[in-house]
Amino acid sequence: MSSMPDGRAIEVRGLSLTYAGRPPVVALDGVDLVVAPGEFAVLLGPSGCGKSTLLRALAGLVRPTAGEALASSVAYMPQRDLLLPWRRVLGNATFAAELAGVPPAEARGRARALLGRFGLEGFERAWPAQLSGGMRQRLALLRTFLAPRDTLLLDEPFGALDAITRREMQGWLQGVLAEESRTVLLVTHDIEEALTLADTVYVMSPRPGRIVDRVEVSLTRPRDATTLTSPEFTALKAHLLRALEGPTRNR
Amino acid sequence: MSRALLLLRRAARDYAPAALLLVALVVVWEVVVRALDVAPYLVPAPSRIARAFMEVRGTLPGHLRTTTSEAAVGLALSAILGAACAALLAWSTPLRRAVYPLLVISQNVPLVVIAPLVVVWFGFGMLPKVLVVTLMGFFPIVVATTDGLLRADRELIELARSYGAGRWQVLRGVLVPSAVPSFFAGLQISAAYAVLGAVIAEWVGASSGLGLFITRSQTAFRVDRVFVAVAVIAALSIASFAAVHLAARLAMPWQHFVRGGVQEEV
Repeated sequence: MSSMPDGRAIEVRGLSLTYAGRPPVVALDGVDLVVAPGEFAVLLGPSGCGKSTLLRALAGLVRPTAGEALASSVAYMPQRDLLLPWRRVLGNATFAAELAGVPPAEARGRARALLGRFGLEGFERAWPAQLSGGMRQRLALLRTFLAPRDTLLLDEPFGALDAITRREMQGWLQGVLAEESRTVLLVTHDIEEALTLADTVYVMSPRPGRIVDRVEVSLTRPRDATTLTSPEFTALKAHLLRALEGPTRNR
Repeated sequence: MSRALLLLRRAARDYAPAALLLVALVVVWEVVVRALDVAPYLVPAPSRIARAFMEVRGTLPGHLRTTTSEAAVGLALSAILGAACAALLAWSTPLRRAVYPLLVISQNVPLVVIAPLVVVWFGFGMLPKVLVVTLMGFFPIVVATTDGLLRADRELIELARSYGAGRWQVLRGVLVPSAVPSFFAGLQISAAYAVLGAVIAEWVGASSGLGLFITRSQTAFRVDRVFVAVAVIAALSIASFAAVHLAARLAMPWQHFVRGGVQEEV
């Protein structure tokens, strides 16, 4: 996993993945993608285009049919928050770190130090059932951040939240990453989310998933409401919308 | 309002209907028996049962202690064996396919058939009673716990694996905690039957216990004393049910919380 060439945190080459079945489902078809250390890459595509499959392949949870999915050490955050109902907030925060071999006392210390930044101050003794949707998601992110890994694989981390909370969380995530630099590959079907967060956006086609476009987003950070209404933002949005529609589709 | 008062009000709201119904039934019973002048060896009036209770209150605690310890040890044994067996069945699919039908069949052998045999095999001491209770309590625990283990969230297991968790860490960190609620659901059922199991086993042959007390009272045509025993057994069953309920609460503190505070008891 850690035998990565210099200058890249994720390297996907000719990745194809077919799920066996009747009929077999081609989830990914010849995907190429490179993410540099410290880069925020977003995988944008419609539901069912194989975005999640690509993350699962990078996390080592599914085996590619062809090609390679290489990544330096990754921390995977699935779509559902998957908090453990039987652990308190602090215990959930340290869950991944403990499994990855961080001594529990050290993991707890690091978690306590970051609770405030993740908006969970004063909740370390609470149970997940007592948290709001946004807090649950931040806790799942904290769990992912605390794993001793350089690269975060985030599968629609804000997908289950309402639009207002989602915007808040996007702003917040930018702030966190400004302090705690990581490589991120985030999956979403939300164009505005992609443009708010990404350095680079990869657009995927519907099944079978292929990369159909790569767009660099050089908008200044932090990207706030002003950015969202700027002409550059609108131009990029129009570009991505066209890319998602696809070149071959006739109406 | 103070917390103690709040709890008291809640208890009154929860238990008052059952208590009132019970009192009403006892009153009707007393009235009917007196009005129709039913013979006490057929159906004794509650007042007569109360008098019988006063007569036997010296000897009853000894019998109660015997039955309670048989039920408790048997229940504990079925919990331990049940959980261990569930772990094996959840771990190995072929084993589960082989053993599950046998378990179901074993549950359908009536206890009144098994109990005398167990007594013949293991004598008149405590062991056969404990075994009968264990046999009875084992099944619900195995079935519920196996189900709980198998229904653990697959994505959660994957998440743990993606962080490098081995088989043992997955078992300890995900599977076992996921199955705890199911285990207690099974234990709750077993606890309700544990006292009954002990009494039936004592029926067949014992030197002490509520089952023996019933047999003796019956042969002496002391139906009032039989009813005393029935009341004690009922109380004991409720107590063991409550004890398991309390243990479940202590073992799963997270189950009583929802967003914004403590969940109201239903």
